[in-house]
Amino acid sequence: MTTIVAVSSGRPPAAIAVIRISGPDAMAAAEALTGGLPAPRAARVRLLRDDRDMPLDRALVLAFPGPRSATGEDLVELHCHGGRAVVAAVEQALLARPGVRRAEAGEFTRRALMNGRIDLAEAQGLGDLLAAETERQRIAAMGAAEGRISRAVQHWLATLANLAAQVEATLDFADEDDVADHGLDPVKTAMVALADEMARVLAAPPVERLRDGVRVVLAGSPNSGKSTLINMLSDREVAIVTPIAGTTRDRIDAPITRDGIPFVLTDTAGLTETDDVVEQIGVDRAQQAIAAADILLWLDEAPPPRDALWVFPRADARPAPSPDAGRIAVSRTDPGSIERLWDAIVRRAAVLLPREEELAFDRRQRDACATARQALLAPGDDPLLIGEDVRVAMRALGTILGIDATEAMLDSLFGQFCIGK
Amino acid sequence: MYDVIVIGGGHAGTEAAGAAARRGAVTALVTFDARTVGAMSCNPAIGGLGKGHIVREVDAFDGIMARAADSAAIHYRMLNRSKGAAVHGPRVQADRRRYAAAIRHRLATTERLSIVEGDVDALLIESGSLAGVILADGSELRARSVVLATGTFLGAKLFRGDERYEGGRIGERPAKPLAAQLRALGLPIDRLKTGTPPRLDGRTIDWAQLAEQPSDGESWTMSALGRRQLPAVSCAIARTVGQTHDAIRAGLDRSPLFSGAIGAAGPRYCPSIEDKIVRFGDRDGHQIFLEPEGLDDHLVYPNGLSTSLPTDVQQAMVASIAGLERAVIVVPGYAVEYDYLDPRSLDARLALTVLPGVFCAGQINGTTGYEEAAGQGLVAGLNAAAHALDKDGVILDRASSYIGVMIDDLTLQGVTEPYRMLTARAEFRLSLRADNAETRLGPMAAAAACLGRERLAHQNQRVTELGAIRHALDQTATAAALASKGIAVAQDGARRTAFEWLRLPHVALDDLIEADPDWPEPLVAEVTEDARYAPYLERQADEIARMRRDEAISLPETLQFDQIAGLSREMLDRLSQARPPTLAAAARIRGVTPAALSAIYLHVQRKAA
Repeated sequence: MTTIVAVSSGRPPAAIAVIRISGPDAMAAAEALTGGLPAPRAARVRLLRDDRDMPLDRALVLAFPGPRSATGEDLVELHCHGGRAVVAAVEQALLARPGVRRAEAGEFTRRALMNGRIDLAEAQGLGDLLAAETERQRIAAMGAAEGRISRAVQHWLATLANLAAQVEATLDFADEDDVADHGLDPVKTAMVALADEMARVLAAPPVERLRDGVRVVLAGSPNSGKSTLINMLSDREVAIVTPIAGTTRDRIDAPITRDGIPFVLTDTAGLTETDDVVEQIGVDRAQQAIAAADILLWLDEAPPPRDALWVFPRADARPAPSPDAGRIAVSRTDPGSIERLWDAIVRRAAVLLPREEELAFDRRQRDACATARQALLAPGDDPLLIGEDVRVAMRALGTILGIDATEAMLDSLFGQFCIGK
Repeated sequence: MYDVIVIGGGHAGTEAAGAAARRGAVTALVTFDARTVGAMSCNPAIGGLGKGHIVREVDAFDGIMARAADSAAIHYRMLNRSKGAAVHGPRVQADRRRYAAAIRHRLATTERLSIVEGDVDALLIESGSLAGVILADGSELRARSVVLATGTFLGAKLFRGDERYEGGRIGERPAKPLAAQLRALGLPIDRLKTGTPPRLDGRTIDWAQLAEQPSDGESWTMSALGRRQLPAVSCAIARTVGQTHDAIRAGLDRSPLFSGAIGAAGPRYCPSIEDKIVRFGDRDGHQIFLEPEGLDDHLVYPNGLSTSLPTDVQQAMVASIAGLERAVIVVPGYAVEYDYLDPRSLDARLALTVLPGVFCAGQINGTTGYEEAAGQGLVAGLNAAAHALDKDGVILDRASSYIGVMIDDLTLQGVTEPYRMLTARAEFRLSLRADNAETRLGPMAAAAACLGRERLAHQNQRVTELGAIRHALDQTATAAALASKGIAVAQDGARRTAFEWLRLPHVALDDLIEADPDWPEPLVAEVTEDARYAPYLERQADEIARMRRDEAISLPETLQFDQIAGLSREMLDRLSQARPPTLAAAARIRGVTPAALSAIYLHVQRKAA
């Protein structure tokens, strides 16, 4: 295992840059620069020097001997001054040491995962955190990284392991006197309660919208002003605008952050009957985008095909529609009209996103949770089938954390009951 | 020159020798003492929950255990009778002497099988290949396959209080040089422990004070070809009291389990009485089942009193129990610590990957229990014969059998305590029932050509009858027709087959069709149970199909897991030790996450490209 080094506090220049060194040579490399490390987990100021004894920077130094460190390995943090030149010089001095190289993207996290410091759900959360660009993304990712999902799933699994143990005790150890047959009604009640709890989590909006952005799709007939509008909404030239109908032949995506919410605006080809093969592909893709949109901006004169914000484009060039139509008028010449449209979009987006305090599950986790909930929903009377339902739920949740469900159940079983003749 | 040599005459060894010989291999069973072949070293019972399933599965391959159990059974109990058939656990008490005699009789009448008395000191290895075994007197027995079924005898040590003996059973010597050779071969070997209770003289027990547990009056048998032939006896239930627990606590300082003399892990589901008192101190008493060891044998096995406390403590503890005040201990209980081989060094045929031709079965693989041993003996024997005779291997997977579940668990997960079968270990429990073992495994057994003429005729007849019953259930009936017979069903106007109607628990087969009186009752019950659980079985069938699909993605033998980025050290250790042959097997290894599987899959795909 090599020793890795990277700036882990964001790109310089900044007031402070935290340089992390992790791996078997971390202590030696840091000691070479500092002349002597402080006691573990104690922060001390040290003068950093390169191998020709030239001073590099005065830095706060923290040493974390493994395995009690973020990566599980020996880890040193150098809190330097955040100028580009300083950071580059300190990095160079470290990289000059044998066995030390620059960390690849996500490598600190991967080592933490490999050394069992974090589990898979936490690692995925960390990955999202590092990529987080907006405040809401950061909060949701923090939730996962601090083990909120892991804790919730672990809690469910522990509850299920306990229930399974009670069911299996009556099935596998029916002849043991420590296993009294109280009936499984309490187990069934607990299963339903758990299913309800999962339903609440599943009802919360998925985390992907936070990570990937709320999908806003602009659609309508050819030359209805979609490309003009996407340029105005994103305040840049993302689409080519011409008076020629059918200029946009394929979807165009424009990521943008607004009020701390990530959006992906999508311009689509105009919806039209066509014999042109290329244009037809564009129309097909537009249809798909409409179906998959979180928010549809509909620019056509005909009523929208689904729930949408019905936009009235080119309001400066023609008489305004009746207010009853519920259309939002926009115009190139009126920046306020674009602001009003944005307000409407943000209002809609707010309900599509996980609230900050909600558990934010990703697609894979939601699927597993849905499978578990389905199994627990309506237990019957046959203990065999109750056992089967609990097993299915545990297996599904176990995949979120990579935990073996049977073993967890057996641990619970042998912990609760004095079994064995 | 033999095709197959089996070392050990316990439940694994006898089943292995029988299976190898039935498959056509000229087989020798080598044992210290031919008179101990078929001995039940611990409790005088065969079957139980999960275990009964294995006995029936071995029986489907025309194995030995079930028929020997029937010819020695003196007490029958179907555990979980009131629950679904999937967790029924057939269990019998067997007359210890008659059981061993039945085993020896079956072996003696098996063609191509001979029993050789001898002390195997070592495997005979010539230029890196297995060539047979070397006996203590220096003579060689040559064979192409060897099955190690040494039970607790490898490097065995007995403990009782401060007493120490070398040996795998009281009064019998251990297999020391063989243990040393296996360690020298670099095989991963560790220690486990097990224990046995004191044996009591039944004539000194006050039976009148104790609750009687009679044998059931039914007619089922362990083997499909068996019958009940001996008179039934009752067991009795005694109970430990506070005074018993005090006696045990007072002796704990002389217990090898708590003094640190035994470091090896014992089975959690078969703890010693001192373990129970220490771990569950709040319980005011523990049941003790008093099981007679035979019709003309005074010994009684107190099930639940396994212990390695000193003899005087055992005496005090027995005397404190109502009904046992004057009971005489004939042989005090003791604990055994023994070598076992990390079963992750075996493949699904129970073959040692590093030394082709060597197979292992039973306690040497870290299991406990006669039935677990027999199941492994069967698979090791069938495959040892296949290796010697260049026939196809016989591999049972998790969807086919409890034996498959056990071997998969052993070879992928290894063990941390003696492994015992539980129905909870089988994810396809609903379809793996004790009553359908022949349906599940009959075709495979026939293909392996290990069935005698009587068994083959029985199985063929069975298939025909099952087909007839199943066909009769294709008749359809309307909800109204059922209602007219007074059966409450939703009047949705639907027409369903009789098989579909049987899903409703209050609908019986007789309500639907005219049953042929010639249909055997067990087969009618089997089909009814299939119908009851059909929706669940269908869902499991999907799960099984997915598992078998992933079994098709094989991982090359040369795969180096340490070259795959992103695997934790723990996963790396487990994968390297188990060497899963397929992606599905890797997925089942504990602690291997979906992310890790993706990494393994991508790595293998990249290498293949």
